[in-house]
Amino acid sequence: MPRVTFTANLRRLVDCPPADVPGGTVGEALAAVFARSPTLRGYIVDDQGALRRHVVVFVGGEAVRDRVRLSDAVAPDAEIAVMQALSGG
Amino acid sequence: MDTILVGTRKGLFTLRGGEIARASFLGAPVTAVLARNGALHAAVGHGHFGAKLHRSRDDGETWEEVAAPKWPEKPADADERSPMSGAPWPWSLDQIWVLEADPRGPDALWCGTIPGGLFHSTDGGGSWRLVRSLWDRPERKQWFGGGYDFPGIHSICVDPRDPRRVLAGVSCGGAWTTEDGGESWSVASRGMIAAYMPPEKRDDPAIQDPHRIVRCAGSPDVFWAQHHNGIFRSRDGARSWTEVMAKPSSFGFAVAVHPRDPDMAWFVPAVKDELRVPVEGALVVTRTRDGGKSFETLRTGLPQRHAYHLIYRHGLEVAPDGQTLAMGSTTGSFWLSRDAGESWKALSRDLPPVYCVRFAG
Repeated sequence: MPRVTFTANLRRLVDCPPADVPGGTVGEALAAVFARSPTLRGYIVDDQGALRRHVVVFVGGEAVRDRVRLSDAVAPDAEIAVMQALSGG
Repeated sequence: MDTILVGTRKGLFTLRGGEIARASFLGAPVTAVLARNGALHAAVGHGHFGAKLHRSRDDGETWEEVAAPKWPEKPADADERSPMSGAPWPWSLDQIWVLEADPRGPDALWCGTIPGGLFHSTDGGGSWRLVRSLWDRPERKQWFGGGYDFPGIHSICVDPRDPRRVLAGVSCGGAWTTEDGGESWSVASRGMIAAYMPPEKRDDPAIQDPHRIVRCAGSPDVFWAQHHNGIFRSRDGARSWTEVMAKPSSFGFAVAVHPRDPDMAWFVPAVKDELRVPVEGALVVTRTRDGGKSFETLRTGLPQRHAYHLIYRHGLEVAPDGQTLAMGSTTGSFWLSRDAGESWKALSRDLPPVYCVRFAG
């Protein structure tokens, strides 16, 4: 199963340990994570289900292309990393 | 009046007896706060991770995350674009800008957001419903952001005589009133003037930029508005507005009205739109006691040399006693007045930039 991990910055705000979840796309894998932790959903995607503007999801080290429908395919052993941009002062 | 909530760019600070008693959400922007029926509500903007709402039932010792307002699915054929930037309207929460109690239920709440959504909860923030009747008004697509990419609802004024009567203030989208608890809405900013628009649009009520609107609880047909282009007052339930001129300036963001005396209101002037600092570097509060015919300039206890504070729209609040005022600035100072603004005492000069202040009993 794909493994989903989250940036340490997000783990400060909401409980989100690494998760091994079923799914053939980024969207399916994230949906499986959100089913376990409904609160987490709003931290990763906006009200329409698209990735938040400053959240980046990497699959095997490559940023996903479809940030709206999250349709990028993931292999059964994929590493999916949910990261963020850092900014501000 | 001894507990005051101060929401800042980097946390929520609770003041008790003139001291900072607690820091919550340290590091995160707190954009709106509300104390009601023993519960505290705090809107926390986590930047990358979105705006969230938290609630405390033990006076701020512990907090639980509750639901944040959420838009329904955007229709595939919705072609809505900002009239200024051309960017598509997001159907997604950016910022929680104001929280108000709805007296119709012990846990009923109103919430105003950026983009310009009005939301209602009947369960203390457990769930929220977008008020579609306002969102679906065709004029909403003409609203635009003032200082933000999209417009927002920053003022929600409930009529204590009949809580189905509510006014919502929008930057930049004027004022809107409902008489039926939000089933239907009418524009309620006629008389306001927008100098930032071309001449043929200046008196269009649906594009006005009231920075903040408050309602006199004891005389609820009277409203005061600190508008982008001046100070306006309504005495007829927001059916019409009249401009009022103040010295040293009528530009600012914040306004507070006495809870029983509709002729008494406070403002914190800055030079003008293009220069948002106190006139001559001296921070003052202006007060009218005669419905805007004249203004007093109050400065005792406020910094008078090279003071470049700005008071945001939710940064000035009057307590139910009509005597105690709290004020927080972009430069991280916080003042209290116990004599209706005659004199002020700085309780802190070292806070992060202050977004909002609220008395919590």
